[in-house]
Amino acid sequence: MSDNVTTDVADHADDHGHATVDVTTLDAELIEGPSNATPDIAEYALWLGDDALILAQQLGAWISRAPELEEDVALGNVGLDLIGHARSLLHYAGTASNRTEDDLAYWRTEPDFRSLHIVEQPNGDFAHTIARQFIVSHYLFELYSRLRASADATLAAIAAKAVKEVDYHRDHSTQWVLRLAHGTDESRRRISTALGDLWPYVDEIFRDDPLIDRLEGIAVRPSSLRPAFDVAIAPVLAEAELDVPVGFVASGGGRAGKHSEHLAFLLAEMQVLTRAHPGASW
Amino acid sequence: MTSTITPDTSATTVISVEEQQFNDLIEADSRIEPRDWMPEGYRKSLVRQISQHAHSEIIGMQPESNWITRAPSLKRKAILMAKVQDEAGHGLYLYSAAQTLGATRDDMTDALIAGKARYSSIFNYPTPSWADMGSIGWLVDGAAICNQVPLCRASYGPYGRAMVRICKEESFHQRQGFEILLELMAGTEEQRQMAQDSVNRWYWPALMMFGPPDDDSPNSAQSMAWKIKRHSNDELRQRFVNMLVPQAAVLGVTLPDPDLHFNDETQQWDLGVIDWTEFHEVLAGRGPNNAQRLQRRRDAHEEGEWVREAAAAYARKQPALTNEREMAAS
Ligand SMILES: [Fe+2]
Ligand SMILES: [Fe+2]
Repeated sequence: MSDNVTTDVADHADDHGHATVDVTTLDAELIEGPSNATPDIAEYALWLGDDALILAQQLGAWISRAPELEEDVALGNVGLDLIGHARSLLHYAGTASNRTEDDLAYWRTEPDFRSLHIVEQPNGDFAHTIARQFIVSHYLFELYSRLRASADATLAAIAAKAVKEVDYHRDHSTQWVLRLAHGTDESRRRISTALGDLWPYVDEIFRDDPLIDRLEGIAVRPSSLRPAFDVAIAPVLAEAELDVPVGFVASGGGRAGKHSEHLAFLLAEMQVLTRAHPGASW
Repeated sequence: MTSTITPDTSATTVISVEEQQFNDLIEADSRIEPRDWMPEGYRKSLVRQISQHAHSEIIGMQPESNWITRAPSLKRKAILMAKVQDEAGHGLYLYSAAQTLGATRDDMTDALIAGKARYSSIFNYPTPSWADMGSIGWLVDGAAICNQVPLCRASYGPYGRAMVRICKEESFHQRQGFEILLELMAGTEEQRQMAQDSVNRWYWPALMMFGPPDDDSPNSAQSMAWKIKRHSNDELRQRFVNMLVPQAAVLGVTLPDPDLHFNDETQQWDLGVIDWTEFHEVLAGRGPNNAQRLQRRRDAHEEGEWVREAAAAYARKQPALTNEREMAAS
């Protein structure tokens, strides 16, 4: 491409988002990482990578449909951060089986995905998207805060970067929970309904699995995060004057490949073009 | 975004001191700032041009957001999300620039969703294939750059400055679009066909983005005199084609104009005859996707109304809520 019409990639100043060149290339420490993941570490990276990927896919669907332009930008930012986390984690997971991030994202079928049911729940109205984001971001913040100390250097590096971004996601969704709760009667009803609808899927997030026993010092034990999660959200719900919802607990099973009905549709859309062209590169 | 300026009819023979100052600033190539006096016609032309430009950025998100959920690799998905999000940012900067001239965002939005405001008709074409993400970047963002780089020097300060930021990002978009096509052209036979078919569909509409031929564009003269606009439609279109020809050669795509040839005398690429009937059809609202694009914007706006109302109500209640908390704490 001739020089007079392009600016160098490095010149692309980022004025209103995190969307700079780091969306195009993975961090060097991941590409040139010293070690391949073991099968267990790869499985754990899939857990976290699939959660980030599915949630990013959902947020991507909001862009050009948000309640205001500022939210097109904000939800886009959150989605972009998550897709960055997904790429790093899937890339690392793939080192155990000689597969790329795209092999894992586009060529696995539903039972091979490891996502939690909460990230598979549909966008719904803006309140449902915010409630889902509020729950997941608070969980991810606690998770990545601790994963920074992982004995696995790659996971620790990914977590160190992710935690700063997830901190912003947590703040963004918290502000919206408060605005909706104290906004109008309608918004209060909607956020309260949304939290009630999403709450059954909270329990699954904090369930342990034999995999975690095998990754002592490397993975973060999900059940260990629950108290910190509860402590973090309690003051927000108190300020919002919303009760912690009570009700049934969904069966879950995402980590074992048992998914909600929503996932198959989401994957069909995400994978359709890639699968129509086996072997092609993009 | 061109040829939308009506001539100033308010000119009188007696010129006020303020008007003389305004004319001097224009003459000296200085910037007009929001607090400066300006002729009503200048202000109106700018509001119309800037808001139309903003609407184009916003409607322009749709044909590409169409592919975010289906992007064929995670890298492409990330780039596309970033791009569409950039366009939302462009819309925001431009609405802000128009607001410095007294326009309100609500009025501009209402005009758009009521179908009363114009936006670039290029976005009324559909994006049936992934290669369209390449063609839009290469051709549509590319044409936008040719149109917009001169606007960085537009006489109205906030507009010119918004355009500097926007143009930087548009160049990045053009490069990404070019890369999408390059990758497709280096791919399978099906991918190459996908790319060529897409270029065939977008080439002419992209050339029409520069507006009607100069002898059919009576409104441009005043805009050029006011230095809102600095080059004629045909001049910019010619520059664009001169730029595209070598790039098409690098890509290995054919530009769908059998009459395109190099003119030794002018050292420019002469193009074939543009079929303006289609342009006028699309402009008149009969493009393939006009109704769909407006409906989507209307739906997003209406479905988001309760959210915006909640945010406004919350902001109004803030002092009261803070007091309540402080009292509870003390
Ligand atoms: Fe733009
Ligand atoms: Fe652009």
